[in-house]
Amino acid sequence: MIRVILPPNLRTLARVDGEVELEVKSPVTQRSVLDAVEANHPMLRGTIRDHVTQLRRPMVRFFACGEDLSHELPDAPLPDAIASGSEPFLIIGAIAGG
Amino acid sequence: MSRVRVLVGTRKGAFILSSDGARKRWKVSGPHFAGWEIYHMKGSPLDPDRIYASQTSSWFGQIIQRSDDGGKTWNPPGTKPEDLMTSEGMPKGESNMFVYDASPETGKPLTTHQWYDGTQHPWEFKRVWHLEPSLSDPDHVYAGVEDAALFESTDGGKSWHELAGLRGSDTGPKWQPGAGGMCLHTILLDPNNPKRISIAISAAGTFRTDDSGKTWKPINRGLHSEHIPDPTAEVGHCVHRIALHPSRPNTLFMQKHWDVMRSDDAGDSWQEVSGNLPTDFGFPIDVHAHEPETIYVVPIKSDSEHYPLKGRLRVYRSRTGGNEWQALTKGLPQRNCYVNVLRDAMSVDALEPCGVYFGTTGGQVYASADAGDNWKPIVRDLPAVLSVEVQALP
Repeated sequence: MIRVILPPNLRTLARVDGEVELEVKSPVTQRSVLDAVEANHPMLRGTIRDHVTQLRRPMVRFFACGEDLSHELPDAPLPDAIASGSEPFLIIGAIAGG
Repeated sequence: MSRVRVLVGTRKGAFILSSDGARKRWKVSGPHFAGWEIYHMKGSPLDPDRIYASQTSSWFGQIIQRSDDGGKTWNPPGTKPEDLMTSEGMPKGESNMFVYDASPETGKPLTTHQWYDGTQHPWEFKRVWHLEPSLSDPDHVYAGVEDAALFESTDGGKSWHELAGLRGSDTGPKWQPGAGGMCLHTILLDPNNPKRISIAISAAGTFRTDDSGKTWKPINRGLHSEHIPDPTAEVGHCVHRIALHPSRPNTLFMQKHWDVMRSDDAGDSWQEVSGNLPTDFGFPIDVHAHEPETIYVVPIKSDSEHYPLKGRLRVYRSRTGGNEWQALTKGLPQRNCYVNVLRDAMSVDALEPCGVYFGTTGGQVYASADAGDNWKPIVRDLPAVLSVEVQALP
């Protein structure tokens, strides 16, 4: 199972507590993880990546295993620790505005 | 006895205030959608328990929420499995998808508007400012958005399409953002003519369609705005709010950036009715539920000092459709008050006597159960109030 941690506002919207656990077929990539997140929680469509362009929203970042993966290609494989579920994939709202 | 439900949108969530018809004791529910900006909530006039809400965030974009039980429970329309389905068998989740019409058939290639510095700037969707449920179908609702455009949904908010004739009405490249953004903030539906809609945009002005949104024309003749290069230009006026009484839909009232105006020909021409107001800058304007010539404004010191004159919060009422104004002060703070009242943050109920309500950027929601003679705060310490709508319930 893939583990995903949503930012608080999106947890409220999706009505989930704590981590989200998802079945994601290999290869595990940003795109396949986000596809699974949106399939399980349709209200999140458009909140993490744009409906039309499918690009990450400007003030959303992706972290995993202590690394900022926000600028990795969406089809690049995520670290093995994410694919195995030993580490979570973090979706973060950028800290901005004081 | 009738009941009242006040829908309050704030910077950090939604609140629902409810009372019986006496409007003395209030129950406060919320925050709903905690942490999100709620620009506006409004119920269907046909089914008051059908309420639409605009939930927004600079981080996560636009969400549309809908309640079918008077605000007890909410869902983004179209996100349940039994709702709209894709070919893969999943809900589409498109209730937050606002895409400008760029099709050659209906969306003219109108891609830029005027930016603050006078250059042209692409249209970029930011948020829904105002939701206006139709007068004839609870599933039909209009959305006024930033950057200014009008969208509609005919499936209860599950999907949206632009009424692109508004942006395509030739003047779009001359529209420009006001200080709060280039927002379509007011949508007035004519109860006598289902094909007529009047809207207002900061800072473009007012526009009207008489064919259900296919074609539009600017209706700004008579407006005079000294802060723009041509003070009497066809478009470019910073209209803050317009209002009408349903029994006289050809009479419109306007709070402009400066000036309070009225039109008696559905916006074709306007006359100033600021009269004896101590300052004619302000944001909201509303009409008494039973007296079409009784109107309310909240004068604000100036466009650079968004607070009441001398720290005294005063609603002004005219019983003559403008020009002659009376300060309403009983129960409102008359010293050290430096809040603002935003354009969508005033509303009236249809009980007898008419109730008047407004919310402040300081988090207070004030109510008067006697048409403005006396005021009391329902709540004092909410987040900054963005919008107030009132429903009178059986």
